[in-house]
Parts: sequence; structure tokens; C-alpha cells
Amino acid sequence: MAKLTIAELRKIREQAKRSRNLREGEGKARITVHMGTCGIASGAREVMDALLTAMDERGIRDVLVTTSGCAGLCSHEPMVTVEYANTAPVKYAKLDGDKIVRILLEHAMEGRIVKEYALAVGSEKMS
Amino acid sequence: MDINFRSHLLVCTGTGCVSNGAFEVKKALEDELKKHHLEHEIQVVGTGCNGFCERGPVMLVQPEGVFYQQLSVEDVPRLVEEHFLKGRPVEELMYSPTERDASIPLMRDIGFFKDQVLVALRNRGSIDPEVIDDYIAHDGYIALEKVLTSMSPEEVIAEIKESGLRGRGGAGFPTGLKWGFCRRSPGTIKYVVCNGDEGDPGAFMDRSILEADPHSVLEGMTIGAYAIGAEHGILYVRDEYPLAIHRLEVAIDQARGYGLLGEDIFGSGCNFDVRVVRGGGAFVCGEETALMASIEGKAGRPRFRPPFPAEKGIWGKPTNINNVETWANVPVIIHRGADWFASLGTETSKGTKIFSLVGKITNSGLVEVPMGISIKKIVFDIGGGVPDGKEFKAVQIGGPSGGCIPAHMKDTIIDYESLAKTGAIMGSGGLVVMDETTCMVDVARYFLEFTQSESCGKCTFCRIGTKRMMEILTRICEGKGVPEDIPLLEDLAERICDTSLCALGQTAPNPVLTTLRFFRNEYEAHIHDKRCPAHVCRALLTYSIDPEKCTGCTLCARKCPVDAIAGDRKEVHVIDQELCTRCGECYMACRFDAVIRE
Ligand SMILES: Cc1cc2nc3c(=O)[nH]c(=O)nc-3n(C[C@H](O)[C@H](O)[C@H](O)COP(=O)(O)O)c2cc1C
Ligand code: SF4
Repeated sequence: MAKLTIAELRKIREQAKRSRNLREGEGKARITVHMGTCGIASGAREVMDALLTAMDERGIRDVLVTTSGCAGLCSHEPMVTVEYANTAPVKYAKLDGDKIVRILLEHAMEGRIVKEYALAVGSEKMS
Repeated sequence: MDINFRSHLLVCTGTGCVSNGAFEVKKALEDELKKHHLEHEIQVVGTGCNGFCERGPVMLVQPEGVFYQQLSVEDVPRLVEEHFLKGRPVEELMYSPTERDASIPLMRDIGFFKDQVLVALRNRGSIDPEVIDDYIAHDGYIALEKVLTSMSPEEVIAEIKESGLRGRGGAGFPTGLKWGFCRRSPGTIKYVVCNGDEGDPGAFMDRSILEADPHSVLEGMTIGAYAIGAEHGILYVRDEYPLAIHRLEVAIDQARGYGLLGEDIFGSGCNFDVRVVRGGGAFVCGEETALMASIEGKAGRPRFRPPFPAEKGIWGKPTNINNVETWANVPVIIHRGADWFASLGTETSKGTKIFSLVGKITNSGLVEVPMGISIKKIVFDIGGGVPDGKEFKAVQIGGPSGGCIPAHMKDTIIDYESLAKTGAIMGSGGLVVMDETTCMVDVARYFLEFTQSESCGKCTFCRIGTKRMMEILTRICEGKGVPEDIPLLEDLAERICDTSLCALGQTAPNPVLTTLRFFRNEYEAHIHDKRCPAHVCRALLTYSIDPEKCTGCTLCARKCPVDAIAGDRKEVHVIDQELCTRCGECYMACRFDAVIRE
């Protein structure tokens, strides 16, 4: 390890920001991937992988990714729910690796709902 | 880079959880995640003490905020498969206040955490104490940066003064003022010391800070050293804290590696380095003059003040000593500003205080609360009240030299002056909850026994006076007390307070004085009626059998270890008072409540 300059100290802080947001449960958007048995069977894992890879490649640090169980609409899996800032959650259905990346970039990052893939706006209360 | 992780599992690896198997659980989690190829998605992080030691091992799942408790290695496969693979949190492993209550998934909704305000413990449970980058990410060393690039030493001292920070080691002396004395004291070599002796029985506030966030203490000390003009730092930590010492040493190495300790920090010209000194663990070594003697390799005995450490400290050089928790507060005050800190708390007591909450309380553990919070709120909202439907009787606050505050004064607030008014003290943060089954005479004896045995022996009244008080209290508990004992205790207490050199002696009679003040009737019951109202003092109990209720089942007679119970099957049994040793076995054994204890 070499002696840090103030600029380097700040860089470490900036780079670790995603990790910090994660640990404090803070971010501008949250994507929940429904990973029930049905979801996994219909490709939720691929959706998750594509999502995490896209975030990694682009250095996206303020979107949180969580998982939850089956959303109750097994025929529409793989599904995700996106909560952007303080707006109502939006459910997306029948996703694949390309669709999720678009949702990430447009909805989670910019707040624009991707209407073609959206199933419903609003959701039953989630914990 | 950890950018790929979608979730962090923050496993508490404080001493409490570790003793319940936290390291094994952490290892099992890592293995199980690998098995499911989740190791690149979910990161397992070992953190410092989360505070809820009662329910350890505990773990927080972020970003969801789900809190798991009492985990074991056997729970891990199911947990990983259900929650981390399929996204279904496992309810049975969550906290519920009692077995009948529904489980509470999120940590922020749990009463124990809800009313806490984390300042000194701001990073507990959210960083890995052995990873300096983690600390830096959570605003670590941002205050040092600010101080070294934009503040003069005088401005730093002024900021600390303005914040109202007072020493957390017991006496509550204003920290900024103390720094100012040492800064103005002539001399080129000066020392700053971190007091991590923590000798109070049952206290673990300082240990927990050192284990959870060692860099916060190092950063605080570096800021203090800059303000005072000191280049040498010493961390005095008791030898019984191996994990804390290990984490401190790791932290010191990392800080040196980054140039955050050493020469010319950030090219500012400021030099500062620290070393760890292990203390033998005597309670009196926590007293500042004894501590300095101990650091110099001499016997840890207090000496007369003045000269104060700021004038003549270690090896005769100006020295500034602060408690671990005091130091840990410093970086946040600089970073967030004196005004922010002063907005927490009361008129005379600012910020927060950490307490180790123990005794007859549902949620024991380590809590950090804002000054000004009431005892009632700590005991009932955070602590979840007294278990088993028993009645809350008192809290003993301030460690062995603290005092007992009775239940009817539960609206008393946590603030240096309000506590002092009751005869108790803030102390370093011990908070023992007592219920109706606690005998206050016995409690006073317990604490006095501790201070008496820890007296260094220099002052006559502290050495012998406390011993005489002990003998009197023992006599009272054994039913041999006489009416003159109460005034005698009061007289001795006064003399011990007046003639002792250090605060150990000066405050040793506190537990006796406060119990005499608020629970004098219990002393009187012991002395006049030969009765212990809480049914604790064995010599004062009598057991007899209620002939109306006895069914002659013979169970008690079979349990009695000294064959003091006579009676045939289906006949009423009788206890021979001469033979009875008052062990209470029959009382516990009887299924018909026929044994009467008085
Ligand atoms: C018997 C005795 C034991 C003490 N033990 C400690 C201790 O364990 N830790 C501590 O910080 N201060 C302890 N103190 C208080 C110290 O003398 C000193 O006031 C304190 O370290 C100053 O730091 P502060 O201003 O940050 O509180 C003790 C005092 C006495 C009389
Ligand atoms: S008061 Fe007690 S502990 Fe303190 S110096 Fe005197 S004898 Fe020692």
C-alpha cells in the first residue's frame, strides 16, 4: 500500500458507494426479481445474471437488487418489480436478458416506465 | 470490485455472537452460497457487535433490511435455498418479542433498534472492521481530511467545545476544554491516550466500539493529537479483550499503510502514530493517574492531582486522556458539525450515550440512546420490559460506583445532572435492571464487594472503611443486623467519600447510600423484622407447609437434601425448622403450592 493522497482517499470512497448504499438499504431505485420455483424454471436466473452484468459493466451504483418469492402469476414469469424513487411500484412480466437491461436503463435509472413490458402499476403491499 | 453483489449479509462477529458460533455460521453461509453459485451475487461480511447480543448469532440482510437471529449452522442450508435462491424470507428465524407474537421481518421495526440513535456506534453492523476501505466508504477519514486541510488546531478545539461533548469515561468533563489545557501546556513532546481499561463488571461498551469500528477511535485520536499538538498516541486496552486488540492492530497497520498514521499525514506536516499497551485489567487502572503509572511500567495506583495529566502526564509530559467512546464521537462531530451534535440531547448533556443493558430485562445488549431519553423508555421500549411477568423495581446505573434509581422515578432522564440528582452517576454506561426478586441490601453488598476488592489500598478509609461496610451489610443479610447499623453505614460512607484520594473510594459507598435513600424500608425489614422482602437472603427465609394444600404426595420429602421433611404418604408433611437449611428445593418441587416461603 502506498501513502494516499486526498484525491485517492476520495476515490476509494466513491468506488465503494454502491456497497455502502447496499448496506444501508439506500438507492434511487429497487428492482425485485421474483425467484420462486416457477420464476427460476422460466428463466429468472438468466434475468438476474443479465441485470447484474449490465450493472457491473456500466458501473451503476445506486440501484438495489433484491429477490422475492413467486408473485402469484406463474404463467407470466420471469417477473420483476421496479420501485423508482417514491413512485408506485411497477410489475414487468415475461422478461428475458435484453428486456431487463432496457428496464434497468430506462426505468430504474431514468424513471421512464417501459410500457411494452409492464404488467401493472401498483402492487399489493410488499414487505 | 464488489459492484456485482446484489446483496450483503452482515453477520455480527462481536464477542457475544462469536461465543454463540457466529464464525461457524459465517463459514457455513459462505460454503452454502458457493454450492448454489451465489458467491458472486451475495457477499458475506463479518461486522462488529450489532448490540442485540441476547439473540445472537444475528445477521442483517441488506438492502432488504431483514433481520435473522439465533442462527445455527443447521439453519443455513434452508436459509440460503429459501431466501437467497428463491427469495422467500424464512419467518421462523426472525425475531418475535415472545413466542406468541408474530415475527418481525425488518430490523428497523424491532423495538430494540427503533429508539436507538447511533453516533459513536454509527458503523456497527455495517462495516467489516478489518477492512479500512469499508470504513472510508462510510465517511471514514473525511473528518481528518477536513481538519488537516481547512482547520487550525484552535478551530478544532473550538468546534469540539461548541458541540458540548463531555467525557464518556465517567466524570463527564468537557472534552474541548480538556484539549485546550493540554494544547496550552508548555512542552514539545505530548501524548494522547485512549482509555480502554473498561473495568466495570458487565460493561462492554468500549470493547464493542474497538471491535466494531477501530478506525473511528484512531481517526478521533489523530484529530485530537493535531488539535493538541501531540505526536504520540497510546491505546490502553485491557488484556482480556483479545479480539478488540487484534482488530485495533489490524486497523493500525492499514492506517499506516495508507499514510493515515505516521509522518506528514496528507502532506500536511502533521505527524502522529500510536501503539497499543495491554493493561492488566485492574479496575483502578482505569483511573487516569493510575493508568499513566501503569503505562510507565509502575504499579497502577492513583496519585494526587494536581498536577493534572495536561500539565504532568506520562513521563512528566503533557498528556490528554479520553475514553474510547469519547474518541469515537470526535470524527462525526467534525464531519457533521458541532451544531448537529448539539441538537441531540439536553441543555447540559449533548449527543448520545452507550449503555450495556443487562439484568432482569427481556432484550439485553448494547444500546446507544440520545441523551435526554427516559429510563422508562430504555427499560420498556428498547429493553422490552422485565421478563416473566415480574414487576420492575429499579435500575442500577453507572457501574459499581453508581446508584440505584427506583421504579417510581422511571421518568428520570439520561443526562449527567439529572442522574447526579438521584445520587446515581452516568458512569461509563452500565445499566442493570432489577425486578421484585432483587434484594436491594444484597445488591448494595454485591457492588461494594467489587469496589472493596479493587481498592488499591493507598487510602485508609477506602481500604478499611469499605471492608467494615461490607461486614455490616453481610451481617444485615444474615439476620444479625442491629438498629445502629444504618447510622453506622451512613457515617462510614461519609468518611470514605471525604477522605479518599480517587473517585474509586469517593464513589464506592454510592450503591449503599442510594439504596438507603430509596429502599430504607428493606434495610429495616432485615434488621427489625428479620425478614427479606424479596426472599433472597437465605438466612432470613422460613419454609413451612400449608396443611390445607398438602396432599401428602411425598415429593418434597424426597427432594429435601437434609431429610428435614417428615410425613407419610397421603398425610400432611411438616418441615423441621432445626434441620432445614433453607435451600428452597421443596418450594420449587411442590406441585400444589403448599410450601410457604416467608
Ligand atoms: C476507579 C476508576 C476507574 C475508571 N475506569 C475508567 C475506565 O475504565 N475507562 C475510562 O475511560 N475511564 C475510567 N475512569 C475515568 C478516568 O479517570 C478519566 O476520567 C477518563 O478516562 C477521562 O476520559 P473522558 O474525559 O473521555 O471521560 C475511571 C476512574 C476511576 C476513578
Ligand atoms: S481511594 Fe481507594 S483506590 Fe483510590 S487511591 Fe485511595 S485507596 Fe486507592
